[in-house]
Amino acid sequence: MKKFMLDLIVTKNETLNDQYSLLILKSPEKLPEMFPGQFAEVRVDNSPTTFLRRPISINYIDYETNELWLLIQIVGEGTLKMCQVKVGETLNLLFPLGNSFSLPNQKNAKLLLIGGGVGIAPLLFLGAYLKDKDFECNFLLGGRSKDNLLQLREFEQFGNVFTTTEDGSHGERGFVTQHSLLKDSNFDYIYTCGPTPMMKAVASYAAKTNTFCEVSLENTMACGFGACLCCVTDTTEGHVCVCTEGPVFNITKLKWQI
Amino acid sequence: MANLNINIGKLQLKNPVMTASGTFGYGTEYSDFIDISRIGGIIVKGTTLRSRQGNAYPRMAETPSGMLNAVGLQNKGVDYFINHIYPTVKVIDTNVIVNLSGSTLEDYIEAAEMLNDLDKLPGIELNISCPNVKEGGMAFGISCLSAAEVVREVRRVYKNDLMVKLSPNVTDISEIARAVEAEGADSVSLINTLLGMAIDSEKRKPILSTITGGLSGPAVKPIALRMVWEVAKAVKIPVVGMGGIMNAADAIEFMLAGASGVQIGTANFIDPTVTIKVIDGIDEYLNRHGYSSVIDIIGALEV
Repeated sequence: MKKFMLDLIVTKNETLNDQYSLLILKSPEKLPEMFPGQFAEVRVDNSPTTFLRRPISINYIDYETNELWLLIQIVGEGTLKMCQVKVGETLNLLFPLGNSFSLPNQKNAKLLLIGGGVGIAPLLFLGAYLKDKDFECNFLLGGRSKDNLLQLREFEQFGNVFTTTEDGSHGERGFVTQHSLLKDSNFDYIYTCGPTPMMKAVASYAAKTNTFCEVSLENTMACGFGACLCCVTDTTEGHVCVCTEGPVFNITKLKWQI
Repeated sequence: MANLNINIGKLQLKNPVMTASGTFGYGTEYSDFIDISRIGGIIVKGTTLRSRQGNAYPRMAETPSGMLNAVGLQNKGVDYFINHIYPTVKVIDTNVIVNLSGSTLEDYIEAAEMLNDLDKLPGIELNISCPNVKEGGMAFGISCLSAAEVVREVRRVYKNDLMVKLSPNVTDISEIARAVEAEGADSVSLINTLLGMAIDSEKRKPILSTITGGLSGPAVKPIALRMVWEVAKAVKIPVVGMGGIMNAADAIEFMLAGASGVQIGTANFIDPTVTIKVIDGIDEYLNRHGYSSVIDIIGALEV
């Protein structure tokens, strides 16, 4: 799949809360086709301490308006600077990068998409993509409190939404893997993205129940397209780049102790 | 348009801009973004006799105006290169050069002999300066005796262009440059990365799995320029300069300091089109200053 380097125009910069912003970017040229799970490397301008681009998941894509959504969690100066960009300014992106989630084999498959924190970002795109292909999605989204549950209204357009919070302020109290949904139902496919401990817990559940499971990893990268070999993860085939062989991996390929 | 052609050792380049090993894959990683045949030379990923898994993750730490890496020469070995990579890169209309590293003298010799049989490979860059492998690598490049020995032995078996990549982690880089020149190196390239370290104070842990790693990017440029300046005065063979080149002006500074060519490394990660911008920028500079050939600016620093 051909990769591009383009300046995209910021059409919306919405502060969701003190940790998260949603950037909507418009392309002057027709956006290339992208698949859920893929990401962009975003150049951070005017930040002396930020040298490298930042890998950010594609949150949603609207081919009709030629707009791309990026959900940003502010974790350091690079992402902070990115969230201070103003409508009308541009961001330079390398995209689309990486592989994507696999589609289920059968139409009536029971699907569960589990997200935590900023890890929900690629799952919105995945949910929209699956709904467009007539699959029925269940979303299980977790956060520390209700302030960390993002884009719930958007998710509701594409399937059933279940939530957990650690403080019980929204949905069931606890972690996503403690949700009653996992005790009461069986799923054919689980897709997950979020903090590593959460993904490992989900992978452990999937392994025990013999369920197909794909996780989206987030390793630090210098390039994002397979040149620097910095973002490797250990797999059954040895060290592979998360940016080109991933970010999406089937759990059977990873050497996780689960 | 000025004449950008330049000969460096036995290499004939269409322009003085090359890519630094380990930052440009095998070239094809960049072909969506640029016409890679426009580049003067592509130094492919560090290759060793046998395949290497490289170091554990994390292998990279961003630092002010630069980055530390500890990849550790992850590659599939020289056999794999010859059978799977060489057939696809030999058709690229530019100089594709293999960066060769080893753990032992015998490894260097055996791999160099195998590469000597490739008729479309114009040269190798002998890496005696990798800071990220436990054995070999930089160990060869930090003493005049061992640097001389490995160059002497590889020179015996390798007939095409032999560029030797020097480590900056030494007291006097000029001495090493003179030692490898005396053993038949066709050129020297410098600098490899500077040994550095990054710490996460909250976790009280090093960021890299290997604790230390190699620093690159604009942070190292002033040191690299100084070393190129010193080495260019110390040897008669051509010098290839690198270290933090982000744009044409940076590349020209290295040439004014005495480099016959330059390599662009870390900048490729941030702007995959940077090599082409540097080539065009050098041409623009030469035209603006009334130089007819890029040769005219080599060592043209006025002091």
